[in-house]
Amino acid sequence: MSTQKKPEITARRRFFTDTAHHAGLGLLGGLLWAGYADKARSSVLTLRPPAALPEADFLRTCIKCGLCAEACRNRDSNIDKETGKPRPETLKMAKADTDGVTVGTPYFVARDVPCYMCDDIPCVPACPTGALDEASVTNGEGELDFRKMDMGLAVVDTNSCIAFWGLQCDLCYRACPLMDEAIKLHYTRNSRTGKHAFLEPIVDMNVCTGCGLCEKACPTEKAAIFVLPREVALGRPGAHYVKGWDKKDQQRVGERKMENITTHDKRSEKKAADYLNDGVSYE
Amino acid sequence: MGMNRRDFLKSSAAVAAAGAVGITVPAEIQAAAAKGEEGWRWDKAACRFCGTGCGIMLATKGGRIVAVKGDPAAPVNRGLNCIKGYFNAKIMYGADRLKTPLLRMNDKGEFDKKGKFRPVSWKRAFDEMEKNIKKALKASGPEGVAVFASGQYTVMEGYAAQKMMKGGFRSNAIDPNARHCMASAVVGFYQTFGIDEPSGCYDDIELTDTVVSWGSNMAEMHPILWSRVTDRKLTDPERVKVVNITTYRTRSSDLADFEIIFTPQTDLALWNYIAREIVMRDEKEKIIDWEFVKKHMVFAVGPVNIGYGMRRKGEKSLKEGKYTAKEMETINHEMEKKVSATEAPALAPYGYKEGDVMKNTGGTLKHWEISFDEYKKSLEPFTLDYVAKIAKGDPNEDIEAFKKKLQMLAELYIEKGRKVVSFWTMGMNQHTRGTWVNTLSYNVHFMLNKQAKPGSGAFSLTGQPSACGTAREVGTFCHRLPADLMVKNPKHRAITEKKWHIPAGTLNGVGKQHIMAIHRGIEDGLVKFAWVNVCNAYQDSASANHWIKAAREMDNFIVTSDGYPGISAKVSDLVLPSAMIYEKWGAYGNAERRTQHWRQQVLPVGDAMSDTWQWVELSKRFTVKDLWGEYAPSGPRKKALPNVIEAAKKMGYKEDTTMFEILFANERAKAYKIDMNSFPQKGYDNSECNGDSRNVKGSDGKVFKGYGFMIHQYLFEEYASFGRGHGHDLADFVTYHKVRGLKWPVVNGKETQWRFNCKYDPYAAKANPGGDFAFYGPLAKALMQGDLKGVKDKKKKPLPNKAKIYARPYMDPPEKPDANYDTWLCTGRVLEHWHSGTMTMRVPELFRAVPEALCYMHPKDAKAKGVKRGDLVWVESRRGKVKARVETHGRNRPSQGLVFVPWFDEKVFINKVCLDATCPMSKQTDYKKCAVKVTKA
Repeated sequence: MSTQKKPEITARRRFFTDTAHHAGLGLLGGLLWAGYADKARSSVLTLRPPAALPEADFLRTCIKCGLCAEACRNRDSNIDKETGKPRPETLKMAKADTDGVTVGTPYFVARDVPCYMCDDIPCVPACPTGALDEASVTNGEGELDFRKMDMGLAVVDTNSCIAFWGLQCDLCYRACPLMDEAIKLHYTRNSRTGKHAFLEPIVDMNVCTGCGLCEKACPTEKAAIFVLPREVALGRPGAHYVKGWDKKDQQRVGERKMENITTHDKRSEKKAADYLNDGVSYE
Repeated sequence: MGMNRRDFLKSSAAVAAAGAVGITVPAEIQAAAAKGEEGWRWDKAACRFCGTGCGIMLATKGGRIVAVKGDPAAPVNRGLNCIKGYFNAKIMYGADRLKTPLLRMNDKGEFDKKGKFRPVSWKRAFDEMEKNIKKALKASGPEGVAVFASGQYTVMEGYAAQKMMKGGFRSNAIDPNARHCMASAVVGFYQTFGIDEPSGCYDDIELTDTVVSWGSNMAEMHPILWSRVTDRKLTDPERVKVVNITTYRTRSSDLADFEIIFTPQTDLALWNYIAREIVMRDEKEKIIDWEFVKKHMVFAVGPVNIGYGMRRKGEKSLKEGKYTAKEMETINHEMEKKVSATEAPALAPYGYKEGDVMKNTGGTLKHWEISFDEYKKSLEPFTLDYVAKIAKGDPNEDIEAFKKKLQMLAELYIEKGRKVVSFWTMGMNQHTRGTWVNTLSYNVHFMLNKQAKPGSGAFSLTGQPSACGTAREVGTFCHRLPADLMVKNPKHRAITEKKWHIPAGTLNGVGKQHIMAIHRGIEDGLVKFAWVNVCNAYQDSASANHWIKAAREMDNFIVTSDGYPGISAKVSDLVLPSAMIYEKWGAYGNAERRTQHWRQQVLPVGDAMSDTWQWVELSKRFTVKDLWGEYAPSGPRKKALPNVIEAAKKMGYKEDTTMFEILFANERAKAYKIDMNSFPQKGYDNSECNGDSRNVKGSDGKVFKGYGFMIHQYLFEEYASFGRGHGHDLADFVTYHKVRGLKWPVVNGKETQWRFNCKYDPYAAKANPGGDFAFYGPLAKALMQGDLKGVKDKKKKPLPNKAKIYARPYMDPPEKPDANYDTWLCTGRVLEHWHSGTMTMRVPELFRAVPEALCYMHPKDAKAKGVKRGDLVWVESRRGKVKARVETHGRNRPSQGLVFVPWFDEKVFINKVCLDATCPMSKQTDYKKCAVKVTKA
């Protein structure tokens, strides 16, 4: 992940990544996660507010005060035009019966109410403890910058995405606040009709913030594009593969630790001399 | 096996998906899908939405439409649809469908304009209509009875409405919402070709090397065509060029090789710049195809002081002070205007200079022939420097970079051997000089001989599914009769009277009540009865506050027929429940002249009945004596309409013969038999002809049992008989049920791809034997002679088989941003919603995707006004204001100084803000530019 723009993954996060990685394929195959997650602890699929610390640190720091959700609810841009009252907020505080989210902590469900990526990110400064880390969404000019948000990553299930069937949908593409940056269209020819190109949505992981506006807009029965926490959504090529044509990529490999260099497997389990002394059987 | 509906849908979808990508589906699932489809009846139909004209397949079971898919056999879309297309069935099943007539009543059950809507019978509904129409006829004559018609009428509905209005009521106050959509294209066609509708077809997309989009966000408005453009680009990315010419960045810029962001209205200058390059460089570079031009073209010009199609001095509502001083600031430009520094250079060849007061005389179609040298003179001002200076629409763009793009654009057109298609939609049509800019497009294509040829041509894309098929071809405009016949032309009226078997002199020769004239006529108290058909006239018309107030507060009776309650129904006195698209037999005609028919798939919901039925039932209420007496001059008609009752008697009618008997249930009609044993009627409902199992109580209070003859076929065949042999040939009714549409003229069973081209168009071949082209359109085919300033020789010179190249200057729009209203406002559509959203806002998927209209603006403008993304702002003009939420990212990216607000959302009623200025020639409203201010709400 040489080009990853988002913060480096902590050890704790890595644990989740690994677990999720094993389960990842199953997830796309429709495996249910109910029962996997301890009710008291958040599921690895929980989407947190913008600028949330890594999950373990977040849980340690969040005092469950609800100020972020209140800021989300009461922001100017959430006022209903007709009633003058706030609309349902993006950020909810988990209740005892909220599946898979630690009670009292803020989360959001993109398909219900996505994050609208406010210019001034009001939920983050509202946090009194730093569980939502303002610095992580502050740019070089010292301004809050929604482009730096990192709530997750949109993933396309290309099997159920109707654009991959050739239908002219691109609802997610047009719904994306970073249209043509976070979601791009990949154009390919349609050999069946001979004249109608496929316009397939492709997510750029370096830009996507995981706001979920795409998931909300998706017209399929169950969204064919959905936001997952990055740790769940992404694989990791590891340090072994290097893009020979990309000097920067070698920096990533440079982090490789010595203990990882020596390989161990069944073939190498005997010491060399022991192996040799076993002799070769013949008739 | 006990599959529930959901499992079953899943497995069908899996089969479809697998079919698309070539995966093998396990036999078990395949069997399940086949079983699930048991009892499904698939039949073809046309999509309800835009003018692309995609074919769809509908599956019905148990009287409901259970599935929709793209029609793989349809040449336009080959089985694909855009996202709206898949909801063609869902649009019919919203929970709040209108199911019974509703009348505003008091507690005593009497009609009361201030009363609440309560359900009434169809009989009561027609009683009220009859009473109020008679009242209107008495007060204002035929001009007092009006219809807001539609480009979404089926062919038969439009023809029935047109026949009853013009033949029965003798009123030409019937005008479609298509007036708002492509009237400028129509006048452009008439002025240039002498006949309506495009020369080319969609096949041009696969054949061209260059697609230039002018004021058309095809990616959102014509997605299936855009996928074809994209596919063409992919076949040869180096050779094929795509250019997006627009006033703000849209989704269509994504594919473009380059985009040109221009200041609203300066497309007039851009076209003239290209023409100037062609003409001025011709001597050296031999650019013009002189052989073609000399053989097939003349040069022409018309007056420039034609105003802006707004209200004119002396009109009743102006005198009564119904317009505020602020509104009058703009309306005053209708009578006269000061020539600005921006437009002065362009107007110089026409005899105007900066600061001159131009007295406007109002719209006219008048034009005369000029020499090539005069035409050349009109182009001289359009130098690169001048055009770049007035046209650069992004204040942050470098002028030199902009100039370079203009040069690149001109080169693409000029390059020898390069095929070019120019597409446009509302940007060039909704324009106070819409007719001009339409004709300017043909100039460039003609001089290069890149028109009416495979892969080359200027091509007007229509917005509505039957703007061509019904509004234009059937002629549901105030000035038109079927197949290019004109209300104004006595010969054309005589042809129509004969075909309709009505007395000579019945038809009214004054057809001036176009849509805005109807709204204004209601406000002036001339129009007393108005009926809204298949459109949303009170949401879709600019300066909406005036029209709503007039409908609600004045002495008149407004009726709306619709599937759902919308703004028009809300301001009405009577609301009628209409059958929706697949609840009736119908036909649409798309932008490439393709006529497509479908059969009634299901019964309408509740007591809803089709608009055809509503018109035919209304005709039962009026007799010869009621309608065909003498009428004193009224409104735009300055002469009396003669009494034709005696003439009618001579034809065998009696004083109490109903219009139903004359216009609809006559002997010719009855010859079209019901035949439930043969194709295409066999197995299909036909609510109008046979009645249906709902046993709806009709206009006489008794169960409606059907007309007993095939009225759809009668209406279609009688309408088609107008065009056969006149370049508008349609195939017969039954044939259309067997094919996926045919592009007219259909001659000897063969459709026509490129009109006016002798190789492809039998009419051209006949008009110019052995030649290459014939522009045989019959309208205005003899012209007086003159120069840019006026007519010099009144003797008319014929121009058989020739088309026209027009000198047209750049002129400012009537309202531009100033110190008080500092921002351009542009309106339009989004892909997800159709027009005013009455249908698509009721589809949960589409509502969820785009629940409200946003105000798209530049981030810097937002910052300057102290608003953030998502904040509410007031968008305010001299006419009204609306509240909308700001979006500074996403699909539409205006440059600084312009905002875009779509119009589908009745809660962001942007037409209260827009200006009802029109092209004075086409009477089409300019929704694309007016001046507003944007403030934090």
